[in-house]
Amino acid sequence: MIVYILRRLGATLIVMAVVALFVFSLLFLTPGDPAAVIAGDVATTDDIQRIREKLGLNEPFLVQFGNWVGRLLHGDLGTSIFTNLPVTKLIGQRVQPTVSLTLLTLVFAVLIAVPVGVLAAAKAGTWTDRLVMGFSVLAFSVPVFVLAYLLIGLFSIRLEWLPVQGYRPLSDGVWPWLSHLILPSIALGTVYMAFIARITRAAMLDVLAQDYIRTANAKGLSPRAVLTGHALKNAGVPIITVIGIGIALLISGAIVTETVFAIPGIGRLTVDAILRRDYPIIQGVILLFSGVYVLINLLVDLSYRLFDPRIRY
Amino acid sequence: MTTAVLTESKPASPTWQWFGDAFRRHPTAIAGGIVLAVMVLIALLAPWLGTVDPQALSPIQRLKPPSSEHWFGTDMLGRDVYSRVIYGSRISLAVGISVATFSIAVGLTIGLVTGFTRWLDAIVMRVMDGLMSIPSVLLAIALMALTKASVGNVILAITLAEVPRVVRLVRGLVLSLREQPYVEAAIAAGTNLPLILLRHILPNTVAPLLVQGTYICASAMILEAILSFIGAGTPPNIPSWGNIMAEARSLFQIAGYLILFPGLFLSLTVLAVNMLGDGMRDALDPRLARRM
Repeated sequence: MIVYILRRLGATLIVMAVVALFVFSLLFLTPGDPAAVIAGDVATTDDIQRIREKLGLNEPFLVQFGNWVGRLLHGDLGTSIFTNLPVTKLIGQRVQPTVSLTLLTLVFAVLIAVPVGVLAAAKAGTWTDRLVMGFSVLAFSVPVFVLAYLLIGLFSIRLEWLPVQGYRPLSDGVWPWLSHLILPSIALGTVYMAFIARITRAAMLDVLAQDYIRTANAKGLSPRAVLTGHALKNAGVPIITVIGIGIALLISGAIVTETVFAIPGIGRLTVDAILRRDYPIIQGVILLFSGVYVLINLLVDLSYRLFDPRIRY
Repeated sequence: MTTAVLTESKPASPTWQWFGDAFRRHPTAIAGGIVLAVMVLIALLAPWLGTVDPQALSPIQRLKPPSSEHWFGTDMLGRDVYSRVIYGSRISLAVGISVATFSIAVGLTIGLVTGFTRWLDAIVMRVMDGLMSIPSVLLAIALMALTKASVGNVILAITLAEVPRVVRLVRGLVLSLREQPYVEAAIAAGTNLPLILLRHILPNTVAPLLVQGTYICASAMILEAILSFIGAGTPPNIPSWGNIMAEARSLFQIAGYLILFPGLFLSLTVLAVNMLGDGMRDALDPRLARRM
């Protein structure tokens, strides 16, 4: 077990090193002078020189990379070109809204998607099943922001039930906080839900074809007990895996959702950074999000035993 | 299940006839195919579909709601939204199809080579793992932030984000195929590696890659729209569905139609591609069809 954890940790470190190397080398791999591109069309030679120095572009590649990784390991993600503030500080100020949004979405998506997937599997081939599968294809096809605007149009503008845009911190009270996150969570969570429901259904269908399910049915257990007690438990590994992998959808979607709903989170920070070509911020956000994603999936890997004691590491 | 019988009679039967058969069984795939064909026609025939110059400004006509004169209304610069949406189909389809083609070509090459070269395999797969742990929108954003906005660069950025998934798929196929008796026989008979790849491995990757290609096409179209929407995609002077919606960001409360029409076209096209993909997957892998 400990050997396995160490091995997985090692693999995770390698993956993060590749991410870091990639994010860093992009500056050099892209054609032309990155400093000139970042400076934009109206930049003077001085501006470009200033950016070159700030990014350390005048040094040899390996020296730059070494310095950069060294600072990274000390928790220094660099300095924003536009605001001159440390990237870690800029990200830190934006963490709460993004964490609120993604966590809320994660919880409600899992709570809905897993039962729906189980239901579709239990009623495989019926109209319930087809409806669920149909909705999931639809969910994969409507981009997050289109769905977001449809929701705003209906629930905020037409019905006036919920606020149109904005964010209120949790310290302002639970309802103001929650009411500003309901629509963003639905918009963000729909694809994720569809993804989880599909895999849950597939995993359940696999398990339901097993002999021990037939046995459980034959000995007269209620269908409900068979589904939740026997089948769902054994379908746990693929389901928890897809919940982990799907985090990528939440991260990508959060950037767009925060833009539509004017939520001042990390996603908004990223979009503003793109418009100003503030590459250090983009670098920092990619490292942070990829790190979170890799870490969550590491935890998912390590949790398999909870669902299936037969698994030996 | 009836589809199970189909597999057993399949072995080396010509793919095309089999396709026709399968499509008759999958009405949603046909529907998807038809919608997609209509979209392609719209893109090709854009100038003859009652459109005007999608870039023509008309400040007096600003933000007019849909009418008989401007079917989808006009935007903040008085441009005809119908024309812009129709021309926008060209960008979405071009991006979707190019990304699918390029990422499969690149991914197939890398996957075939690494699947047969042990020492390279370890290195390449670590790189792919790294790339795959960056959410695709972020990966594309990073590339777009460092290059000039152009359709070509959008295609390049999305392709790079999609390649690792293709490599994974192809490598997995190669690893299982090389254990097949007929491949072992070919190796034992002294067939050289390029010929084995070409004759025995490549044909077996066509079906899964075709399915994967449609999914890549669908996700590339969404990704292009997302990139354009957040200002990191197609340059603003080119009408793409994402761009039209991006310009409407601050106006959606007074001119919701600016989001509605391009959003509808985009969703419908992606839906059609996804339905086509699902249909193909079901037809090509009946065992999986029951499950997904």
